[in-house]
Amino acid sequence: MGRLRTIGRRSFLIGSAAVMGGVAFGTYMVQAPHDNPLAKDLAEGSATFNPWVLISPEKITLIAPHADKGQGVSSAQAALIAEELDVEFGQFEVSFGKPDPAYWNHAMSEEGLPFKSTDDRWAVERARATMGGALKVMGMQGTGGSTAMADSFHKLREAGAAARETLKLAASNRTGVPVSELKTANAAVQLPDGTEIKYTELAGEAAQIEPVRFVKLRDPSEWRLIGKPMQRLDILGKSTGTLDYGIDVEIEGMVHATICVNPRQGGVMKGYKENGAREMRGVIDIVEITNGVAVVADNTWRAFQAINAIECDWGDAPYPHEQADHWTAIEDSFVEAQLDDEWRNDGDVDAASGEEITAEYRSPYVAHAPMEPLNAIVQVTDARVDIWTGHQMPIILEQQIAALTEHDVENVHFHNQWIGGSFGHRLELDYIKQAAEIANQMRGTPVKMTYTREEDFAHDFPRHIAMGRASGKVADGKVVSMSLDIAAPSVLGSQMSRVGITVPGADAQIPAGSWNNPYALANFRMRSYRAPELAPVSSWRAVGAPGAGFFFDSFLDELIHAAGADPMEERLRLINHKPSRKVLEEVAALSNWGSEMGENQGRGVAFIESFGAPVAEVIEVTQSDAGIKIDKAFVVADVGTVVDPINFENLVMGGAIFGMGHAMNCEITYSDGMAEQSNYHAHEAMRMYQCPEIVIKGLENGHKIRGMGEPTVPPAAPALGNAIFAATGQRIREMPFHKHIDFV
Amino acid sequence: MEFTVNGEKREADVEYDMPLLWVLRDELGLKGTKYGCGVAQCGACTVHVDGVAVRSCQLAAGEAEGSDITTIEGLGTPETLHAVQEAWVEHQVAQCGYCQSGQIMQAAALLDQDPEPSDEVIDIVMSGNLCRCGTYPRIRAAVHTAAKKLQEA
Ligand code: FES
Ligand code: FES
Repeated sequence: MGRLRTIGRRSFLIGSAAVMGGVAFGTYMVQAPHDNPLAKDLAEGSATFNPWVLISPEKITLIAPHADKGQGVSSAQAALIAEELDVEFGQFEVSFGKPDPAYWNHAMSEEGLPFKSTDDRWAVERARATMGGALKVMGMQGTGGSTAMADSFHKLREAGAAARETLKLAASNRTGVPVSELKTANAAVQLPDGTEIKYTELAGEAAQIEPVRFVKLRDPSEWRLIGKPMQRLDILGKSTGTLDYGIDVEIEGMVHATICVNPRQGGVMKGYKENGAREMRGVIDIVEITNGVAVVADNTWRAFQAINAIECDWGDAPYPHEQADHWTAIEDSFVEAQLDDEWRNDGDVDAASGEEITAEYRSPYVAHAPMEPLNAIVQVTDARVDIWTGHQMPIILEQQIAALTEHDVENVHFHNQWIGGSFGHRLELDYIKQAAEIANQMRGTPVKMTYTREEDFAHDFPRHIAMGRASGKVADGKVVSMSLDIAAPSVLGSQMSRVGITVPGADAQIPAGSWNNPYALANFRMRSYRAPELAPVSSWRAVGAPGAGFFFDSFLDELIHAAGADPMEERLRLINHKPSRKVLEEVAALSNWGSEMGENQGRGVAFIESFGAPVAEVIEVTQSDAGIKIDKAFVVADVGTVVDPINFENLVMGGAIFGMGHAMNCEITYSDGMAEQSNYHAHEAMRMYQCPEIVIKGLENGHKIRGMGEPTVPPAAPALGNAIFAATGQRIREMPFHKHIDFV
Repeated sequence: MEFTVNGEKREADVEYDMPLLWVLRDELGLKGTKYGCGVAQCGACTVHVDGVAVRSCQLAAGEAEGSDITTIEGLGTPETLHAVQEAWVEHQVAQCGYCQSGQIMQAAALLDQDPEPSDEVIDIVMSGNLCRCGTYPRIRAAVHTAAKKLQEA
């Protein structure tokens, strides 16, 4: 097997990226900046210095192109620009901007590459740069993979600095004072004699000069904003019900619609009976859309009522109808022909000697179910298409809708909105296409399409299912070998196929959170197997790592216990990456690891690196007659640089709660080809009474800045499972845990 | 049908069984109250009806007729925040924020009845309100802060 094929595939991926980035388009394309979209319809007297800063005589506008789905990235992006521009919160407005290739996400490429994030060798960095170049040429603007901060950290500070220096130049031209004697603060240039010229007053003159391009960034010791607690810009609106999400937007003349498409996803609609729906109060029309039907009404609830009255005849699903058959397909994928890649093969796991342990793990389908049900407003006229909704991939969105309504893509206008949670669902396009299909059949009228929560569940593209088969050996109180094979359908393959993109090479998300953990085990093998496509699946917060990481760390814990070693000490013995070791040491100190625990109590630790961020969590539980209670959790994460400690804490806690909650009680199962869970009662995750006290700490030893939206999710499930084992002696190898143990 | 909403008389021509949620959102233009599940599972639609926290997705317009309704917009405004909202801003509770109108309305009703709730009471009362972003620890802290503010006022 293996080696040759493995290498072949990896070089193919990088090779194809190189063709896109370097050869076909030429290096010049990669280095040349994209045109500044703000320059296109610049008002008289206004200045723009780059795609992120716009100053008019009235106000300063900063563009925060990463979609804000609750992760606070709108404020964080603004803070990075403001840091160098010398403007304070309250002195500027923030806009999501318009979709444009200038906003390509240079950090998004990393997770697609077959390198460990902790690997910073020259050749690896080079490959990352090449892949980034390819994405730049394609203008891949996107939010995902916890990349917003990595993408923005340098770029936006540079944008702020360049704008500041250009404004100083304008002030110098006006006053004759040399630039070197000018200072900036509070959105104004300060002259040596103490007079101030506001940036807004300089806009007209600044617009006449060529923007300064290369400016040295300030030393971190000079930062006013970065690293200090910030008041999020959206906090007042979100605490007073005055901030409009996509679902709240009103467009003049708008009608309300809802849809029902075949819950056997991808299956056709063979026919439908209206059952009087058309005569129901408020119903304006009933129209067919791809694989389903839509009701248009004068009120959302009336549309919901009418859709419930309609009876549809559904065709079969293109995947097995029963959940058990999905599992069989996964079980059958552990064969040579379906080997996707060998990610690690250190030493010789077969030859190692010691007591052998084997185990099998499972991770279920799980729904995204953000609190704001998916919705979109679309207006189609003969001349143009307008779309109001929240989405993470604006450029692909415009292209897909242009193809659907047969408009030129220049005439498709996406207006990004605040998002009430995504967890990955707003990377998908179906809901927007469905709204566009309705609007296209009633050109001129803006149509707001809102999913019922039931449709949101039925039509989710859940997290993929996966299985892990593990074996390992222990001897002399130590773990001496570990082997983990993981089989799963390709989530990237499924997701990208829906936008017509084929992803070459192995899927790095199948084993994400396992092989890349920086453990120096003498005998260590990780392989991934690609199962056939089953139910359509999509990126779910942290993508592959919540499943693969659960298999990896839980099994490592099994081995450590079998060896009779201490779970913390043995992990520390094996880890060989400095920032990761620090993370483990800190969580041990924070949780007072090793201290006495009460009767029926137990604590578990887990460590997983995902999206470049090493994270360790310790969870403490108590067993009672009624079930397991989670008492306390400790989370330590290294993000390189903490931009806003409050937002950092929010994301870290939110991720840990998300990870624990879904591990406890969430799964999507298919019966008769349809998801059996239709609303939150059947897919609850964590509620307040179950939520433990959570102590967190951020470290800054990593050499790159990392996002925190995802990496605290994966360690939560294994830490909880390991704690349950410590308290009860019961090893749970399948999520959701409530199939095996009760929670109080 | 007539309602008093945030102190004003409002009228809506709706069927008896349209949930109050949709009367507020689609007929009266009050979008602060959110739709999350429609089946009393999430609490995003919580409003006060005659001073009591109610899931507006479960209350038929006909049953709400004539009552005194307070929504998040009537609890306080960005200029004159209610003590609970003040605490929510101070603690920066919101992430996506979509559940927070409901959380705030539920917390305000709780503090009306129990001005000094224990953690246990907070947990019990607030557990009907889901937050997918996991802001629970901050909600707990903010409820305590709001309780203090109300007592000092
Ligand atoms: S929408 Fe009313 S409880 Fe969820
Ligand atoms: S803040 Fe997002 S659901 Fe609560």
